[in-house]
Amino acid sequence: MASKLTTSNRAGWGFALPGFGLIMLFIVIPFFFAFYLSLTNQRLISPNPTEFVGLSNYDRLLSISVLSIEPETDDAGQVVRDDAGEAQYPRVRTFTRNNPDYPQYAGMREWFRWHWGETAKVVVATDVVFWKSLRNTLMFVLVVAPVQGGLALGLALLINQRLRGINFYRAIYFMPVVVSIVVVSLLFRFIYDGNDGLLNNILGFLSFGFFEGRDWLGSENTALGAIMGMSIWQAVGFHMVIWLSGLQTISPTLYEASSIEGASKWQTFRYVTWPGLRNTAVLVLIVITMQAFALFAQIDVMTRGGPLDSTTTIVFQAVERGYGKQDISGGSAISVILFVLVLTISLIQRFLTRER
Amino acid sequence: MKLGKTLGAAFVASVSWACMAAAQTELTMWYHGAGNEAESAALQLIIDDFNASQSDYTVMVESFPQESYNDSVVAAALAGNLPDILDVDGPVMPNWAWAGYLQPLNIDEAVIENFLDGPQGYWDGQLYSIGFWDAAVAMVSRQSTLDALGLRTPDVDNPWTGEEFAAALEAAKASGNFEYALDLGMPWTGEWYPYAFSPFLQSFGGDIVDRSTYATAEGALNGPEALAFGNWWQSLFVDGYAPGTSQDPADRDTGFIDGKYAFSWNGNWAALGALEAHDDVVFLPAPDFGAGSKIGAASWQFGVSATSENADGASAFIEFALQDKYLANFSNVTGLIPATSTAAAMTDNYASGGALEVFFGLSEGQAMVRPVTPGYVVSAKVFEKALADIANGADVADTLDAAVDEINADIERNGGYGH
Repeated sequence: MASKLTTSNRAGWGFALPGFGLIMLFIVIPFFFAFYLSLTNQRLISPNPTEFVGLSNYDRLLSISVLSIEPETDDAGQVVRDDAGEAQYPRVRTFTRNNPDYPQYAGMREWFRWHWGETAKVVVATDVVFWKSLRNTLMFVLVVAPVQGGLALGLALLINQRLRGINFYRAIYFMPVVVSIVVVSLLFRFIYDGNDGLLNNILGFLSFGFFEGRDWLGSENTALGAIMGMSIWQAVGFHMVIWLSGLQTISPTLYEASSIEGASKWQTFRYVTWPGLRNTAVLVLIVITMQAFALFAQIDVMTRGGPLDSTTTIVFQAVERGYGKQDISGGSAISVILFVLVLTISLIQRFLTRER
Repeated sequence: MKLGKTLGAAFVASVSWACMAAAQTELTMWYHGAGNEAESAALQLIIDDFNASQSDYTVMVESFPQESYNDSVVAAALAGNLPDILDVDGPVMPNWAWAGYLQPLNIDEAVIENFLDGPQGYWDGQLYSIGFWDAAVAMVSRQSTLDALGLRTPDVDNPWTGEEFAAALEAAKASGNFEYALDLGMPWTGEWYPYAFSPFLQSFGGDIVDRSTYATAEGALNGPEALAFGNWWQSLFVDGYAPGTSQDPADRDTGFIDGKYAFSWNGNWAALGALEAHDDVVFLPAPDFGAGSKIGAASWQFGVSATSENADGASAFIEFALQDKYLANFSNVTGLIPATSTAAAMTDNYASGGALEVFFGLSEGQAMVRPVTPGYVVSAKVFEKALADIANGADVADTLDAAVDEINADIERNGGYGH
């Protein structure tokens, strides 16, 4: 089918060529290359020939199952209990290591467990660290996408006013964005420091000394939250600017009309501003989601995945394995899984926010 | 017209430069110590002397920051751009030799006869790399601390036993004079963990991998000895003897000097700083947990790349650099342990009666190289994570099991790493 693109448009294609070429070279080809590598046993450094291993990389990453463990019983058939009356269970390693009765669980490790009556249901996976990284990344996305998007919209509404010195505030809010994330991460390491970090000092001062300092990045419970807070603060200015550009495309005549009709502030926002921001909202949401899935630099600088894998993420694992542990094929498999995940979520978002 | 003249001059200059280069073969060399001026100057001194001593070769050095050095070498190797001479961290050498980045060194065996074991890089029965120096780790403390706590001063022949060490930590903690009894250097992530802490495991009788076959870690890293090590390691943090993984890096650097810690597990590179601050600093050997008092050996070493077309020249340079006077100069500048006792006698700190003499004895008597296998680069990372997790409260047996599985899977996927 002849179209404008294909007929006598050599100059056009010529101009597009550098861009297309670079995209092919640095994005499209590496992607297919990663897909291919994930099906092999390619190493970063090795004299051994590369072999095709099918889906075994994926198999190792994704194998997961549930192991039911009955409590230990003594000779009389009574459940063994400790002093607190809790039933005692045999260790998971007795099932997963060198136990010919349970070949399906060989080499697996406990991720978490819950109790069903007296039976312990233990979720075991071959690669627990990967599953934890998946969980952490999803948690990060679920929190950061709405909070960062919402805060950015709030800021954009605040600074979208004709006030003296408003540009000063715009600049201030935007400042963290232009600072390298590595620098920001390093600074926040000091702020979150457990001994005499800024955050502990401020909280102690505000609570008149009642707040006891805690080690924000050193504790499983607070580390991911601390990184979320920092990440939201760092990039909120960027999305604020996008929202701002969306706000400024809304025609002032609509606002005039709504004020003539006697609309309240909330009604103006609900029926004029928000519909006008529809496309911006889709853009912001998708951009934040994709950026959040790519969480890496903060982790690498601040916690390196610890403590106890509570902050490890998919991209961190891909780099750690591909480069750190020289397992290019394993790292590639993680990248492909991430790609599928992000693609799926983006498509779902597109579907939910489509024009009706 | 003026432009033409300039171009002509440039042309002449470049041709004459090319002629000069043709007379001598240029040897390229990479070094990991960018940013350290004293160290670079010491290396440059050797290079200048070598270039002046013969007319066949000129050595040109290019320095990299240590953090990105290994990455640079791997990238260059994949691209086929390795230099003739490169330096390599001792435990990483088997990996590069196995991958075909390095070729065996062709130097006279007599030259390295008197070298410490640590600086000699053997893989597969052949010498691939040789170092000018070694490093050693000691339990740094102060005589006044030991006296105040009523502790015996151990020496190389009579190190503390595990119980004595536990009692020492308890005494330091009970005294209330210190923030923590022991500073292990937990913020130094990376190679410090296996380098500094795997000797504790070996002193318990375990190891990172089974060195008799290098085919598995089962039993070595999760046997009864390793579990005992793991429980001891965890107790250091759970019982409040040592700051954990979130220790402030600044406290690691100055905490001992400031009196926050009674003991600091630290390398000889930090020894001079401690001695400057306190004149009664003592360097104690590692505690003996049953299988002997052990510390890690092997530091950065020099090798010749497999793709070098001038291997003879490269080897000649390395052999030239191994003279005692250069080893001694390097040690004076960096504070590291010279590779021979004759060089040690020529240094300020390691000569008889020198401030750091004790480290030469530690290196000679207790140093044990890390597992000599190409798989070490992976198992070191696994080991590091396992120790960090155990310090943070993970179940000891499960964590060590997981580490064993990961190391074994890696060995299997690499066809046994050529053992």
